[in-house]
Amino acid sequence: MDLAIEWGRVHALLGENGAGKSTLMNVAYGLTTPDSGEVVFDGRPVTIRSPHDAIRLGIGMVHQHFMLIPPLTVAENIVLGAETAGIGGLMNLEKAYAEVGELSARYGLEVNPRARIEGLSVGNQQRVEILKVLYRGARLLILDEPTAVLTPQEAEGLFAVVRNLVADGAAVIFITHKLGEVMKFADRITVMRRGQVVGSTTPAESSPADLARMMVGRAVLLRVEKQPAHPGEVVLEVHGLTVADDRGQVAVDSVDFEVRKGEILGIAGVEGNGQSELVEAIAGLRRATAGKVTLDGTDVSHRSTHARLRGGLGLIPADRLRQGVVLELPISDNLILDEYDSKPFANHLIRTFSAIRRFAERMIQTFDIRTDGPGSLVSSLSGGNQQKVVVARELGTPPKLLVAAQPTRGVDVGSIEFIHRQLVEQRDAGLAVLLVSSELDEVLSLSDRVAVLYRGKLVAVLSAAEADRDRVGLLMAGAA
Amino acid sequence: MTATLDRYRPFLINNVLVPVASIIAGFAVAAVAVAISGSDPVAAFEGLFAGSFTNRNAFAETLIASIPYTFLGLGVALGFRAGLFNIGAEGQYYIGGMAGVFVGYSVVGLPSLIDIPLVLLAGMVGGFLWAGIAGALKARFGAHEVIVTIMLNYVAFLLASLLINKGLMSAPHVSTPRTPDVNVAAQLPILLAHSRLHAGLLLAIIAVPVVWFLIERTTIGFRIRTVGFNQGAARAAGISVGWTIFLSMGLSGALAGLAGIVDVLGLGHHMTDTVGAGFGFDAIAVALVARSNPWGIPFAALLFGALHNGAGFMQLSTDPEVSSDLISVVQAMVIMFVAAPSMVSWLFRVRRSQLATVAITQRGADGV
Repeated sequence: MDLAIEWGRVHALLGENGAGKSTLMNVAYGLTTPDSGEVVFDGRPVTIRSPHDAIRLGIGMVHQHFMLIPPLTVAENIVLGAETAGIGGLMNLEKAYAEVGELSARYGLEVNPRARIEGLSVGNQQRVEILKVLYRGARLLILDEPTAVLTPQEAEGLFAVVRNLVADGAAVIFITHKLGEVMKFADRITVMRRGQVVGSTTPAESSPADLARMMVGRAVLLRVEKQPAHPGEVVLEVHGLTVADDRGQVAVDSVDFEVRKGEILGIAGVEGNGQSELVEAIAGLRRATAGKVTLDGTDVSHRSTHARLRGGLGLIPADRLRQGVVLELPISDNLILDEYDSKPFANHLIRTFSAIRRFAERMIQTFDIRTDGPGSLVSSLSGGNQQKVVVARELGTPPKLLVAAQPTRGVDVGSIEFIHRQLVEQRDAGLAVLLVSSELDEVLSLSDRVAVLYRGKLVAVLSAAEADRDRVGLLMAGAA
Repeated sequence: MTATLDRYRPFLINNVLVPVASIIAGFAVAAVAVAISGSDPVAAFEGLFAGSFTNRNAFAETLIASIPYTFLGLGVALGFRAGLFNIGAEGQYYIGGMAGVFVGYSVVGLPSLIDIPLVLLAGMVGGFLWAGIAGALKARFGAHEVIVTIMLNYVAFLLASLLINKGLMSAPHVSTPRTPDVNVAAQLPILLAHSRLHAGLLLAIIAVPVVWFLIERTTIGFRIRTVGFNQGAARAAGISVGWTIFLSMGLSGALAGLAGIVDVLGLGHHMTDTVGAGFGFDAIAVALVARSNPWGIPFAALLFGALHNGAGFMQLSTDPEVSSDLISVVQAMVIMFVAAPSMVSWLFRVRRSQLATVAITQRGADGV
């Protein structure tokens, strides 16, 4: 495949998970060596064998997951590995503070060089990552899914910084799967699918629908089509729920809400504001320190996960690989993971493989799981199909309440479309859905009501009509 | 035909080629060690083979040694499948033997058909409870089973010694301290005249499909495997991870306890404070070589039984003498090659993508 990046431009690299974006960028950053072909940088062919080579050439990468040391200051983190030592090997910190301050002023990356990382917001931490790359003299910046962890406002801030950088003559490669961002802010767009460049365009010459079609290889419905909800009786009631995180800090702080039959309640929020603790407490995977969870009229606050699942709970866990599927087991076993010991899948202690297989075949068909058969291991499936296995398991035997945490994370556009349609169809059939997602677009397009979680508190519950992007974005940032 | 072959190719590579290649490689390294020490490797291996297979009695002794290896190997393998590393099979073997012996001489007047199963059950319960301590501590407090089972080994040895030496379970009027003999009705019959080969061999052969069935065909086995693969997913599906860990550890210990009591009922008919001789640790090797697959266990057990049994003859029949410790070198090398399948792939040119790594404790190690 071929790809050319120009100086002074923002180049978006768009593609689904597994399309080869990351592999390509790892080649540019020296983490992977190409089997064939060449990389030309600034007019001459180069071999990049390690990140060290890449940095020397002026290529810098900002990873999706930050690599910062929390107890150290901003400047200390930035100069780490490139420290200037004074007499006797002592670090010249004052010089570092001055340099970092100057650099951040030049590109509008405002952050206090003396602040400690642990006290910074995620958006500011990202600025530190970018400064780190600039400090090492990078002229070509690769940003891997940079907006995944940002509020909409923080994302705007990032875009402004990137504009400054390209105005200064640098080049930026922006890896993403969000179409909206690309349209708004890239100069050139390259779309990848299955390891190949399927098209190269500009925002002016294309539309989000065009881009989606290029990514997936067919027309995709971007908007979720749905009728107004007809909420019935309350299925889930959460009252005064307080939950601690692993370190014992309050992660969910006295939260009240309810979800009714036939509606989707979406919980918006930047990741790390208590979402995972909330979901785990509702599912019985984490003990609440206070409060009450009522499922279908029964107080389940002190019941096990098993009892809650039997009581009508369906759970799509946020972390597919750690909680959703067992990669080493076949699809058929994964589809009955929560019903393995009940009829018809087991007769007393003996598993009934014929029933398990029949159920699996039906689910594979109904949920369009692309596989060779029920006996294939889940590890052989793509992320989207793995997620469909989870969705099929939870919806195959219809629950009363579905808790869907990040239901489309790391999932291809085609599967996202399918999963969203399933959620809406099940809602129409009377399911109560609690959707927890850090993708604001997902929450806004699916939910009948939107609640915003900020630092463990539900700061607002809005109707779909009241919940516009800006308003929810501000609430997510705690500024309302 | 080729399609069928392709389908089973990964299985054959992982469960047949890797173990067999590891064994060959292990012997090859041992041969180099023998040659360096100035002896003849061919003579050493001839001695080893002769000492374990070539005459009726040697073969019977090899089979006798492979009986506890089979039970213990099945037990350790079952633990591996749950993501647990049971290092305490040796201690569970002791406790199983002690519990079984106690019932075996205390309960009198039963016919063999009832007495033998009863005593075997007592041995299994002893092993279950002993291993269950480690399982419960892990399930409840996250105490690592490796540490706890190692410590429980010492407790088991000393407890057995205490019971045997200080009167509680010691036989009267004997020169070396030991427990009383179990009833004649509880003793396992000899299978082969003029040898020590006892009916424990049949029990070991039966145990293989039973354990396979438990792991692969029952809901208990499914729970064990699911917890072994992914505790997070198991918990999210409503499976009690703590209870499953306790149960797996207990069942693993029950098989080790069975090894202990079967040896007692078939061989000495009593416990002394010196039986055992490291079987429990060799069992880890047996389970690793069999890659925790029950069907592979009897073959691995036979190999280790032969090594165990032929070592003495090898030492006697070589000049200059090859120390019987050589079998430890062979064992260590075999385990090393099994644990590092990519080394085998490099030696035998198998594509790495078709290899599965040995699942040991990585998943189980992160608490409960």
